Amino acid sequence: MASAGLEAEATETMTVREAIRETLREEMARDEDVFLMGEDIATMGGVLDVTGDLHEQFGKDRVRDTPIGESGFMGAATGAAATGSRPVVEIMFSDFLGVAMEQVMNQMAKMRYMFGGKTEMPVTVRTTEGGGMGAASQHSGTVHSWIAHFPGLMAVAPGTPAAAKGLLKSAIRSDDPVFFFENKMIYEQSGEVPVDEDFTIPLGEAHVEREGSDVTVIATQRLVGESLSVADELEGDTDVEVIDLRSLYPLDTDTIVESLEKTGRLVVADESPLSYGTHAEVVARAVENAFYSLDAPIQRVGVPDTHMPFSPSLEREVLPDGAEVRDAIERIV
Amino acid sequence: MPTIDLETETGRKEALRRMLTIRQFDTTAGERFADGEIPGFVHLYIGEEAVGVGACSALEDDDYITSTHRGHGHCIAKGLDPKPMMAELYGKREGYCNGKGGSMHIADVDAGMLGANGIVGAGPPLGTGAALTIDRKGEDRVALSFLGDGAVAQGQVHSAANLAATWDLPVIFLVENNHYGEGTPVEEQHNVENLSATAGAYNVPGITVDGMDITAVNEAVTEARERARAGDGPTFIEAETYRFHGHFEGDEELYREDDEVERWEARDPIETFAQRLIDRGELTNEEYEALQSEVETTIEEALEYAQSAEEPAPEEAYDDMFAAEVPEITEFARRVRADGGDPDGGER
Repeated sequence: MASAGLEAEATETMTVREAIRETLREEMARDEDVFLMGEDIATMGGVLDVTGDLHEQFGKDRVRDTPIGESGFMGAATGAAATGSRPVVEIMFSDFLGVAMEQVMNQMAKMRYMFGGKTEMPVTVRTTEGGGMGAASQHSGTVHSWIAHFPGLMAVAPGTPAAAKGLLKSAIRSDDPVFFFENKMIYEQSGEVPVDEDFTIPLGEAHVEREGSDVTVIATQRLVGESLSVADELEGDTDVEVIDLRSLYPLDTDTIVESLEKTGRLVVADESPLSYGTHAEVVARAVENAFYSLDAPIQRVGVPDTHMPFSPSLEREVLPDGAEVRDAIERIV
Repeated sequence: MPTIDLETETGRKEALRRMLTIRQFDTTAGERFADGEIPGFVHLYIGEEAVGVGACSALEDDDYITSTHRGHGHCIAKGLDPKPMMAELYGKREGYCNGKGGSMHIADVDAGMLGANGIVGAGPPLGTGAALTIDRKGEDRVALSFLGDGAVAQGQVHSAANLAATWDLPVIFLVENNHYGEGTPVEEQHNVENLSATAGAYNVPGITVDGMDITAVNEAVTEARERARAGDGPTFIEAETYRFHGHFEGDEELYREDDEVERWEARDPIETFAQRLIDRGELTNEEYEALQSEVETTIEEALEYAQSAEEPAPEEAYDDMFAAEVPEITEFARRVRADGGDPDGGER
């Protein structure tokens, strides 16, 4: 099988945090128009240490500490993107997107369409999501369903270091607004990442992380790794296929359908609140396109429509985890 | 070189022409809206022409502006063509936005016009962003954001102004104080006497000028532009002006008295400026009438262009969402159209 183009790519082991930082470094080195802006991303290196030392290499003109005014700097990024810059904005915690949403929903998302296609909007917005740190309701939200729902925005959410690199590169190189959602609990997760500086993952492609024939688990972010662990636990008993959804919008209907034609059973695991969100869209695509392949009721694993409580015991209660994925599988297999 | 040099006689006449063009464009747009030909709603700039033309004349051709919901005047002042402007108001394919934007979203990014805007206060962050591009790329340009008095209460305006001032970005904030935020008087919306006083919060110059006097506006923007180009950051200019029409066409104007409107109309910025040119011997009454007549022809032609322009095809609704092709849009659009309205549902 092996031929010149199909040899295994060179990889190195790195964490999600390192993959994001190195991708930012490579893309800034590649294109002068790319610059970063956000709260405490330069001198402090980012509150969760993602941008790290980038300001030392690129200076504070290209790694810009902003005032704490999300509406202003999100708008400035939008105006900059409409005039030939390629800004990468960091919103420290995704909950803070609320402050900036006017510029996101009425300007960034709509300008290209309202102007009849006569502008591009090459802006990337990185932000951290998720519970698990005891950070309580205003620093633990998972809001990617809002963004994925809103016409004119693309949304991606990596579950592995390799996906982090490939998706972030595609986001920065895209001429459309792309939101890049980082789950804060997987920054330390390690994996093999292709070293190729042009390694990109197309926006709109899911990835089968583990093949299986009995049940499909479509997972995002932290729940990808947890679902893979569950699949290992169930090995020999239930053959679990695990898909990292990767891209929330556009959404890879074909990969969902292909998997369901094989397994007939579906669990959707995502840290969003359960109602009206990412789970629902995946389920809708499955039902619309693979209805006759389904052999059992679809299962959703997510946050049961609460905010994130502070107390660790309460937080553990509402946060979805591998055990819930396993329960969901066992209900339908 | 400024777009129109008000120091020269030719420049002054051109500025007068642009003000007249705005007046005629908006008079026509108001009439055609009342006749039901123009859909949606329109906000007319009549009465405020000296602000837009005074400001844009002081800019250079490749400077950026961001505009407001009351944006027709800014477009014409920036040099946009009344034909595709009117076609956009009519929702036609030949419009600046192919009929997708309408009155409140006319834009011509290549001409530096970053869009009218339906959200009060959304322009200043965008203008700040354009100034950020200018600053980062070392370009010899500035950005100017028009905003209304009502927008001064918006958080995002403060957030952007603070950013622009802190980073010394080459942007000018021009507050068109027409004394009413929709139907609420400015005194009931702000606790400062002059809205330019807010500049103090950012430690940048804030000045109030007579917005009915094109020269006063022009001089203020010229100075602000020099300051921006020198790397000294933004300036807040408040231009005191008045809209002779309601907030939108059809507004009953319950919030103001006729005599107030008449007092401001007596200070008509176009008549005042024309009279000044006549008094100086730069313009004769005959020339003024000829100019008005030329402008009427320009707008008649724009109207005919818009009226006879093509409607966009229904499927064009699915264009322009993204630069990239997105399967959802093609797929969902295909489904919408698959049955062509056939009650039996076609191929769904």
